[in-house]
Amino acid sequence: MKFGIIIFPGTWSDRDCYYAIKDILRQKVDYIWHKETDLSDYDCIILPGGFSYGDYLRPGAIARFSPIMPSLEHFASQGKLVIGICNGFQILCESGLLPGALLRNEHLEYRCQWTHLKTENTSTAFTSQCQNGQVLKIPISHYEGRYYANDATLAELEADKRVVFRYSTSTGDIIDSANPNGSLHNIAGIINKSGNVLGMMPHPERACEPLLGSSDGNLIWESIIANI
Amino acid sequence: MPISKEILDEIALSEKEYQLIVERLGREPTEVELGMFGALWSEHCGYKHSKALLKNFPSRSKRVLVKPGEENAGVVDIGDGLVVVMKIESHNHPSAIEPYQGAATGVGGIVRDIFTMGARPIALLNSLRFGPLSDPRNRYLFGGVVGGIAGYGNCLGIPDIGGEVFFADCYSANPLVNALCLGIAEAKHLVKARAYGEGNLLMLVGADTGRDGLHGASGLASRTFEEERELRSTVQVGNPFLEKLLIEACLELAETDWIAGMQDLGAAGLTSSAVESAARGGGGIEIDVLKVPRREKGMTPYEVMLSESQERMLVVVKKGYEDKVKALFDRWELRSDIIGQVTDDGLARIKEGEEVVAEVPVNLLTSPPIYKRRVKKPDWLERLQAFNVSSIPDLPPKRAGSTLLHLLASPNIASKRCVYRQYDHQVGNNTVVLPGNDAGVLRIKGTKKAIALTTDGNARYCYVNPYLGGVIAVAEAARNLACSGAQPLAITNCLNFGNPEKDDVYYQLKECISGMARACRELKIPVISGNVSLYNETKSEAIYPTPVVGMVGLIEDTNKHSTSGFKNEGDRVFLLGDSQTVDSSIGSSEYLSLIHGIIKGNPYVDLGMEKRLQRCCLEAIRRGLINSAHDCSEGGLAVALAESCLANGLGFVSNDWRVEGRLDASLFGEAQSRIVVSVTPRAVWKLEKLAARWQIGAKELGTVGGKRLILKGYIDLSLKQVGKAWWGGLEKLL
Repeated sequence: MKFGIIIFPGTWSDRDCYYAIKDILRQKVDYIWHKETDLSDYDCIILPGGFSYGDYLRPGAIARFSPIMPSLEHFASQGKLVIGICNGFQILCESGLLPGALLRNEHLEYRCQWTHLKTENTSTAFTSQCQNGQVLKIPISHYEGRYYANDATLAELEADKRVVFRYSTSTGDIIDSANPNGSLHNIAGIINKSGNVLGMMPHPERACEPLLGSSDGNLIWESIIANI
Repeated sequence: MPISKEILDEIALSEKEYQLIVERLGREPTEVELGMFGALWSEHCGYKHSKALLKNFPSRSKRVLVKPGEENAGVVDIGDGLVVVMKIESHNHPSAIEPYQGAATGVGGIVRDIFTMGARPIALLNSLRFGPLSDPRNRYLFGGVVGGIAGYGNCLGIPDIGGEVFFADCYSANPLVNALCLGIAEAKHLVKARAYGEGNLLMLVGADTGRDGLHGASGLASRTFEEERELRSTVQVGNPFLEKLLIEACLELAETDWIAGMQDLGAAGLTSSAVESAARGGGGIEIDVLKVPRREKGMTPYEVMLSESQERMLVVVKKGYEDKVKALFDRWELRSDIIGQVTDDGLARIKEGEEVVAEVPVNLLTSPPIYKRRVKKPDWLERLQAFNVSSIPDLPPKRAGSTLLHLLASPNIASKRCVYRQYDHQVGNNTVVLPGNDAGVLRIKGTKKAIALTTDGNARYCYVNPYLGGVIAVAEAARNLACSGAQPLAITNCLNFGNPEKDDVYYQLKECISGMARACRELKIPVISGNVSLYNETKSEAIYPTPVVGMVGLIEDTNKHSTSGFKNEGDRVFLLGDSQTVDSSIGSSEYLSLIHGIIKGNPYVDLGMEKRLQRCCLEAIRRGLINSAHDCSEGGLAVALAESCLANGLGFVSNDWRVEGRLDASLFGEAQSRIVVSVTPRAVWKLEKLAARWQIGAKELGTVGGKRLILKGYIDLSLKQVGKAWWGGLEKLL
């Protein structure tokens, strides 16, 4: 089992993901520069957060043209696991690996805060270690995190149970006041049709130790490890 | 060339200083030389009015590795082969003109000061001052500054873990934006900003050079200004993405042995960067401006040498390693060009192709005249200090609750959540204590240790009494660290004042520094770096004297840190320290200003008590005796209790609230040297014993519990009411 973390120019949660996986979960992990093209060594690829190419133009819009992206698409098409966090989620949407888009937060401000996520589907490779409906405490940090998709896409996502995480209260109520950015249906994370690509705005790598306020993010990494 | 007063004004040199240049040089300077002198002899780069005073600060301790002025930032040893590198800097004038870019490039500049030394930036803090938010212009400045800090800092992936925001009329046209950055490095990888070794190459890396920011150091930062439009072009535009690439590339470079030194380009651009590194290296430099990549055509050598285009670094590459260094930058898609070399003749020689356009001894450029004056205490200051408390009526008991809510909602006291939630404060996986506490705490990976950071500086105190205000700025910062469980290690400071050529302002500067230095010596905390920002005036009105103290402390065991919020129902609450209420402690307080519209009366501090209190608090936290610690500052004891309640939504019920003297002083007086702590009932006797040993007061105030804040006989409020005032006070003004 080996993780790979892709670094684009401007990525910054590469180091946090590396720390969570290597130092907390004691798994093998490599950094992968975005100009490389061989992903054959890896079982799970992480697209970390940050501001790839400064988020100029639109978050993820330039990174999707990086040399590594065709290899990533091939990797995903083989059913191998891909997780995009924050900017990684934005890149996955821009590249079409996930549907929908991430718009500017409704209040037009950057938000860094703890959020609670209700686990809506525990039969995915990313959530199998969570309890049904379990509420995870994981922080967000973004300016463009408002999930948007057209009605047909939303209906399909809901019907297929592909909404994996929703912003909720600490007791699991899915209400507007628990939604930090105006995401449709309080969506915080979704998976693709085949269930092997997850995109989420919150940062599970930051919720890796009680000292930092939560270790709930580890459930996601542990699920991945259990499913390889 | 013919020299006019207009030309000298533009570069902020006096005619006398010009004569001094001619005398020392033995000839008239060329245009380029004059521009270089203007920049390097400016207050911003040359500290000509402040240097003599700054010498008062103690700057040594066993842990200090780099003192002020030696490098871009100060360095302190934290053990385990690790050092922290820290500096604070102002970007006031640019932010007054163009708040978003002014604040953004302020962050960019201070971050470069840190990674240029080979240290990875791991924390940012900001100390901000604005005019009242009732004025739409101030709301615009506030929104722009906070947006600029967020926009630039968030993109870099450096957590912003704390700071302050304070409002007063005097900052209306002249907001203060002070940014602090702290980095961490292995001691062996520290890089010096020195250009040495004849034949070593000067490589310019990063952004192309444009006409932006000309005269930033001399014009913008070193004189007062009336007309903002004429100066708009002196504000630079930041590119945080480019900065992020520079961080990663330069840190990679710092681990090689291919370079002799590294220096960022900040105020006065290439001029100060090259000349100051040459001065530190003890040699000379030669630069060909034609080799500097330009953003626009037709730039003169003068413009190239004084441009303040952002995101540029000067690397001194060891001869023979230029291809390796270039390849490293190429991989990060960064432009790099060799623009000159190190020489051994002690001259700064600037060429345009074959033509020499400037040739001046380096030590002349870096030795501006140093001014020191004798000044008298202004009469108006006597009047401010001679305030008689009994001239105002005491607070009627039935108004105590509503007054507390009023104070909690004051933007100077209310929660700053609506600011800090716009800053990424968790990236890096180190933030143990988030913004909103007395100090931010970061653990140091790979060790048991943590560091705590804070910024402080109550300018109202300094306005009324610059000396005591200076003492308190240092004492309060150290107390904030003590409340988090950290032993203070070092200070970086930013001194924001008006025009030092005026006697009153010079007096304020001198007294404030003297008070700060006294507290530094008493509390044994060295100053390792800093910055002065003078000429903060508009239309002849100076800002309050505003020293900002940034302080770092060390927590040996991360698990033994503390936070400000009450933790458990039933815990007993004590006031440690100066437990006698002094009526005069409402002097210069937020209460006096907000409720009575009066800004008068000396603040009060007892440094001996302060020292013992801080040691006692640290020992109590290390021994695990207390569950929370929060210092009394603006708004006094009642506000401190309210804040401790709100952090975790736990109420407080007082014992009988005995008022000796004035009620307003008992609730809202701002006597220093007081910390509110909560303690498990069975540990009470140990805490009392400890306080007795340190000879400080330990007064039992009441018990944690319920959902109300009750000071018997005076205040009985639901936490919902208290929370609405405090959490929403600032936000509702925006």
